Amino acid sequence: MKRFLYELNESWRIAVAQMRSNMTRSALTALGVIIGIIAVTLMGTAVNGISIGFDNSMSVLGDDVLYVTQWPWKQVDDWWNYRDRKKIKTEYAETLNRMIERTPNSNLVVAVPTSSLFRSIKYGGNSVDNVFVLGTTSYFIVTESRGGASVVVIGYDVADALFPSENPLDKSVLINGQLFKVVGVNSRQGTFLGLFSWDSMVAVPLGAFNKYFSSKSESDVRVKVKDKRKLAEAKDELTGLMRRVRGLQPEVKDDFSVNEQQAFKSTLDPVKNSIAVAGLFITGLSLFVGAIGIMNITFVSVKERTKEIGTRKALGARRRTILLQFLIESTALCLLGGFIGLALAYLMCFGIEKAFPSFPIHFSLGLVFASMTVSVATGLISGFAPAWTASHLDPVVALRYE
Amino acid sequence: MNHNSTRPVGPLVIDIENITKDYVMGEEIVRALRGVSLQIHSNEYIAIMGPSGSGKSTLMNMLGCLDTPTSGRYEFNGRNVAEMDDDELAAIRNREIGFVFQTFNLLPRSTSLRNVELPLIYAGIDPETREEMAVRVLDEVGLGDRMNHKPNELSGGQRQRVAVARALVNNPSIILADEPTGNLDSKTGEEIMALFEDLYQRGNTIILVTHERDIAAHARRTVHLRDGLIETDHPGFIPEVDLVALDRA
Repeated sequence: MKRFLYELNESWRIAVAQMRSNMTRSALTALGVIIGIIAVTLMGTAVNGISIGFDNSMSVLGDDVLYVTQWPWKQVDDWWNYRDRKKIKTEYAETLNRMIERTPNSNLVVAVPTSSLFRSIKYGGNSVDNVFVLGTTSYFIVTESRGGASVVVIGYDVADALFPSENPLDKSVLINGQLFKVVGVNSRQGTFLGLFSWDSMVAVPLGAFNKYFSSKSESDVRVKVKDKRKLAEAKDELTGLMRRVRGLQPEVKDDFSVNEQQAFKSTLDPVKNSIAVAGLFITGLSLFVGAIGIMNITFVSVKERTKEIGTRKALGARRRTILLQFLIESTALCLLGGFIGLALAYLMCFGIEKAFPSFPIHFSLGLVFASMTVSVATGLISGFAPAWTASHLDPVVALRYE
Repeated sequence: MNHNSTRPVGPLVIDIENITKDYVMGEEIVRALRGVSLQIHSNEYIAIMGPSGSGKSTLMNMLGCLDTPTSGRYEFNGRNVAEMDDDELAAIRNREIGFVFQTFNLLPRSTSLRNVELPLIYAGIDPETREEMAVRVLDEVGLGDRMNHKPNELSGGQRQRVAVARALVNNPSIILADEPTGNLDSKTGEEIMALFEDLYQRGNTIILVTHERDIAAHARRTVHLRDGLIETDHPGFIPEVDLVALDRA
């Protein structure tokens, strides 16, 4: 063990000396790794960013909320079975709430009805088209909600577009020809790929929604769960309650869907993952080219120093020692490249974040570890073949080599 | 040649019996050694001579445990070397054999001290002891003031002294010198040979492989090889005339 440490130390020393004495060569070889690590790391930040974007979008839904809807949140092949289902009515919420109250130890807390449609919003000369308008009872105090007051809470981006230089509070915006007073602006949430984000939504009280907007709106009922670890039980309970609301006989199939954030996630995750895999694979190719450079230069190094290898063997270096020495040389090069690449990638990330704040990238400590690990692995893998060759040189032949 | 006293020999170190070595060169099998038997005791000073192609280098590689024989028995300090694997041979080379090469074979970017420490690193000796031992042998070969010089800052003779110090540092059973003066002018060569004489007088075992008679003349025993066989094995140096006479006999 001690000997191994001494040999390791010696190998590091030689590796550094070797790099110093072949500056240009080492720099050029490391450049390949630098480019590879930059590419992979930037892709990593993008994958991270995408993932966080997805999660942000997803958090609008809430991980402790069940959604009762007409359509399930997944791809269905038999859409005709769902098309003719009865619409979900906002009144179900009240019925459900009464049932929840009467159920002892219910896993459900409260049901909230929501309706939604897309409308344009105007204020002065500014207008935003196709805004997701949500009618709900949350967000508003009870009187506003029940009474159907014409008030609205607007998302950050909507506020930004309508009120570029004013405070939106207490101004009146025009939705569907009807004036609504802005009572709140949601803080910025970030958006990704146009997936739902509070930034581009507005919310009005359900009463007002029903009063002013056509019945073409989609409605659903959101039910908050007491304990999100018992989501499955809650889901069963809610399904049972909904069957009672709809008055279904035991043999009849559900004519509604109970959804959760997770279901949505599981349809989006494969998309997210294939972006990550494809992206990392393609950028990984550039790292692969860098690795070939390392392998090549290590082969050259072994060839150049054949006689030295012979001498070392004559002095008692074992195969393992020689193997270790060249592995460390290739790894040191890769680590150097990795460090520089990572630093450059960090600077680039920083620049991109400053220049395009909405671009989904995210630099993390995990990424630093990952790229350092990748650097070391690259060094070990690309150095292995030449190091193996060196360690298996016949000392007699190596000593005679000129 | 004016020898100092010949020292009494110690126990058997190298015991070779009837070893052969065949090389495959394309279609042909080259029989480099055809059955060599040799015994070397500790505290001997022996020269191995022979023209090129005589098997001299092959025998040296065997003695130095750089290679194993095709057949025959080779015991080094009672241990069977002929059947050792690469790493066991490396361990024997590290502990038992000190190599001195014609071309010095120093690591160009390392100081004398680091060069001499190298075998000790492979032996797993801790840094403090390592430096202590290296400094001591460098002093012994007269390079106490050149420890932090790199090979390109040293003369040929000094480089070979560093190599000798490196050979000595692990306190080996034998010192195996392959044409140690081959790359030196004759004056420097004589200085190195004086160093070997000194080492011999201090109790080291020296095997000298050379084709130069006046270098071999320093040894106390001379082995002549020809065509893969030992032709003569005599104590003392045998002048050329005697050899011719022996050939006739």
